[in-house]
Formats: sequence, structure tokens, C-alpha cells
Amino acid sequence: MLKQAEGSHAVAEAIALCRPQVICAYPITPQTHIVEGLGEMVKAGELDCEFINVESEFAALSVAIGASATGARTYTATSSQGLLFMAEAVYNAAGLGLPIVMTIGNRAIGAPINIWNDHSDSMSMRDAGWIQLYAETNQEALDLHIQAFALAEELSCPVMVCMDGFILTHAYDRVDVPSQEQVDAFLPPYEPRQVLDPSDPVSIGAMVGPEAFTEVRYLSHHKQLRALTVIPRLAAAFTSQFGRDSGGLLRTYRTDDAETIVVALGSVNGTIQEVVDEMRQDGARIGSVSLCAFRPFPLATLREALKDAKRVVVLEKCLAVGLGGIVSDGVRKSLSGIVLNGYTVIAGLGGRAITRASLRRLFEDAGRDELEQVTFLDLNADVISHELEREGKQRRTGPTAEAILRRIGTVASRIG
Amino acid sequence: MFQIRIHGRGGQGVVSGAELLSVAAFLDGRHAQAFPSFGSERMGAPVMAFCRIDDKEIRLREPVLTPDALIIQDPTLLHQVELFNGVPKRAYILVNSTKSLDELGLGGFARGIQQYRLCTVAATELAMKHVKRAVPNVPLLGAFAAITGAITLPSLLAAIREKFSPAIAENNVRAATEAFDAAGKAREAVDA
Repeated sequence: MLKQAEGSHAVAEAIALCRPQVICAYPITPQTHIVEGLGEMVKAGELDCEFINVESEFAALSVAIGASATGARTYTATSSQGLLFMAEAVYNAAGLGLPIVMTIGNRAIGAPINIWNDHSDSMSMRDAGWIQLYAETNQEALDLHIQAFALAEELSCPVMVCMDGFILTHAYDRVDVPSQEQVDAFLPPYEPRQVLDPSDPVSIGAMVGPEAFTEVRYLSHHKQLRALTVIPRLAAAFTSQFGRDSGGLLRTYRTDDAETIVVALGSVNGTIQEVVDEMRQDGARIGSVSLCAFRPFPLATLREALKDAKRVVVLEKCLAVGLGGIVSDGVRKSLSGIVLNGYTVIAGLGGRAITRASLRRLFEDAGRDELEQVTFLDLNADVISHELEREGKQRRTGPTAEAILRRIGTVASRIG
Repeated sequence: MFQIRIHGRGGQGVVSGAELLSVAAFLDGRHAQAFPSFGSERMGAPVMAFCRIDDKEIRLREPVLTPDALIIQDPTLLHQVELFNGVPKRAYILVNSTKSLDELGLGGFARGIQQYRLCTVAATELAMKHVKRAVPNVPLLGAFAAITGAITLPSLLAAIREKFSPAIAENNVRAATEAFDAAGKAREAVDA
């Protein structure tokens, strides 16, 4: 059914349609509306499930691990510092092979404290063994959750569905919410590979020494490599069941004859596509790739999409401090042996708006190969040089963030 | 695409206003996207929310930088916030005030090169009369529907009934309808 809904609420409805048996909830902005929505459905009797209010994010995922180990379809959600606080359990869930689905309402990580969107949180857990899918729109966020349970349970591997905090979670958009019958036809009941069952006792979570640790890890890797086949198959099955394209490893946009290809994750792809259209009208040969699967990283599929380009611009909402891009690393790996110009652009950190105007300037610079290897989009050079000069002149400069805020002045009056 | 920027203060229903707009546009059969200015919503602090309306899927995710219409829920913001940033010539501007444009110091904007289609709406007074709370968002949306035609009144009223509990909804429906009627009368003057 078509409706106009907040992204978080649309996702909550999708989760409910997946018939979760246990939901662990702990609030953190900007994810909170999702579990609130689910809590309301449980309270109203619309969703029959164990809804557990826990005391922390660490508890949220720990309870989810316990619940999943008993064979329950299990869901939780978090953001930012919350994901960091549950980090140990994040690795455990993957190491144990428990098919938990968790939404990440993507948000920056402090300090300085910042509640706005970027991808630092989910990127920090990129090697924990979870599959990571990034939604471009609220429709896709809704759809990916339905696919995520199918994917997680087929592989016995936890899945993070990442959606941009505020930009998607708090946006009202048109979404098509499927019927229960459609979702039931797509998503069979969970049939676990391992169950904690008093009548048939097993132990889960053995200590493993050097004799077998590598093999357990290799099998996790192997599982993710299998996901490279399962993800497109589920996306195709989803299309035939629901009549729309959602998910998959990646999507190309006007890349066929493109000399410049932009690669990005998540909601910024919409704005990028608008700029691609504008520049195409003016004769530029430019296209873009929206990476939906980041773990597993679709090396071969991406290589196929990029191999004929002259240059690739990777636009990232995250920063590997001291290196540059995180997504860029995978993109470069996919291009092994292919010679082209590669650029990393760090954009949208801590919620900075990524505008058409800035992207157009950036892509035009890229088209002339006038970009640095690593560029920070819309970096305020005046603030940086002033701060560096101040640090050069005196020892006791005080806290950096506060000094910059004083220089910038009030921001409530600004639009962009 | 028709883009709207709503300025107000935390507690005045700025974000709800943008959401209602998007629901009304959806009920009109159009695509719409509403989103807040992300996070800094505190009671009394300047708050912004955005809405886009189009006949096709909206992919753009930047803030509304060049609004076709500006809704100013709190006239005290006129001197504190760069409200008119990016507002193009002939844009619609609705200000919640009982004062005249000249009293607000805005007459020049209407007569000058900007040719803004300005209109004041006594939205807080209408809200107090019908809803008994100083929440000017709904009356402003009623006036917005009349002045711009970007959404229809029946869809706005349906969106209000979808959002609020029945008793509160009917009070808001009355507020929106009175604002719509009053602004409709003023529309010719605005368009002139």
C-alpha cells in the first residue's frame, strides 16, 4: 500500500511484517523512532513478539545474541556511540553465526559530540563479520530489511541495514508497504542451523585455540563470499515478488559510456544522480555507482562497472584518519591492474549538507583531473588556516572544537 | 518541483508542518519529501524544515536552498535568521503576524526588485481561537494552500485528520479552513 510515512516508521512496519520474535530496544538518536514504532505495535497487540527494553546497547545486542541462539528471529537497532558500546557483542554475533538483523541509523562518532549523519559508525564495524547493506531511499530501506532477514537466515550471518540518520530516518517520503501475504511468501519461517534447546542440549561459543581458529574465520569469509551470489539472487526474487528493484550488490547510473564515474553509498546517490543528469545535458560523460553491499565488498561486479572509465571519484561519508578513504580502499582493490585516475572525496561529515552546487564543482574539477588524491568537500579553509596559525603561535591553545565554534559564531541563523 | 522552507522556533510545529504538507501533497497524488533541519530542535530555538513537491520521484537530498515558498512561523526571526537566503524573485512568503507588511519592514520586498508575493496571516490568533494553543503551523498551511495552490484544501484537511486525534483534528481543520478562506480573499492582492 502506498503511503506517505517517516522513514523510521516505514522501516518499523517492514520489520513487523517480517514477524520478528524478539526485539531488543535501547534508544539513541537518530534510530529511536524505529524501535519506538515497533514498541507501539507490540503494545497495541498488532505485533506478537517479545519486546525487551534493555539497559544499554551492549545489553541490546547481548540479549539479541541469546534470543537468536534459541532460534528466535531477532532484531535490534542502534546508531553512533551505541554501536561502539556494543562492539564486543557485534563481533560475537558474527563469530557465532547468528542471523540477527540490526538497523544502523547512520550517525557520526564523537568527540566532538555530533548527532548528525555520516557513515563513521557502521564503517567502524565493517570487519566484524556482519553483512552491511546501505539504503539509498526509504523505500529501499524498507525493502532491504525484508531481504536482510532472508539473507541472514539463509547464511546464518548477521546483517546490518544502514540508513542515513535524519536524511532518511526522519524524512517523510512516499513508500509502498507490502502486504503480510507478500512478505510471508518471500520470507519463510526461520529454520536455524543451531539452537539452544534444553531437550537437545548443545553448547554454543566454545573457546577455540590455534588449532581451529583460522578455519572458523575462513568459514566466515567464505560465508560472505557466498553472499555475493545470494544477495543478487534475493534481490531478483524480491523484484519478482514485489515488482520493484531494491538491493543487490550495486546499481549503476548512466555509466555505459562514462569517462567519470562517481561511487558512493546511501542517500547521497540521489543528489549525485541529479548532478549526473545536469552534467550529461551539458555533454559531460559522467555516471555513478550506488554501492548497496559494502560487506561483502563486490570486487568483481564493481570492476566490471568501472573498468572502462578514465577516472573514478569515490565520495565517502567517513574518514580513515591518517589515510583518507575507507570505501576507496575497496574500490582501488577492485581495479587492480587497471590504470585510471582515482580520487577520494570526504563529504557530509557530521551532517554537513552535500549540495548539487558543490558536487557539480567537484565533478567538473575531477573531469579536468584537477582534484587532489584526497579532497574534503566544502572544507572551510579560513577556519583551518586560522586554527593552524594559532597553534603555531602559542602552546596553550585550548580545546580545538570550542575554538572553531567561537570563530564561526552562531549557526542557528544559517540555511545550508 | 515546488520547494518550501518553513522557519519557526522549537515548539511551534515547524517539523510537523512540513510533514503535513508532504502528506497533503501525497494525497493530491503527487510525490513529496519532507525533512527537518536535523536535530537542533529545542524549545524556542530557531528551527527549519523543508518540503519538496513534484510529479516524479524526488531524489534530491540537499536542504531547500532556493525555496519557491517561505513560511515564517515566528516574525521575530526576521531579524535573527538569514531567512531570505536563496529566495528567488516572485517567491511566495507567508509571515505569521497581525501587522502589515510595511509595519514589519517587509513592504520593500514586495514592491522592490524581488517582487516577493508576500502575505501576512494571523496564524497564532487563529490557532488560539480554534486550537487554544499558540501553534501557528496549521493555519499557515491553510493560507499556503490558498495562496500557492501547491496543495489542495481537502488534502490538507485529510492530512490533519490523519495526524491528530479526532477532537484536536477538528479544531485544526477549522483553523486551516478559516485561514484558507481569509488568504483566498487576499490572494488577488498578493498576485497583483
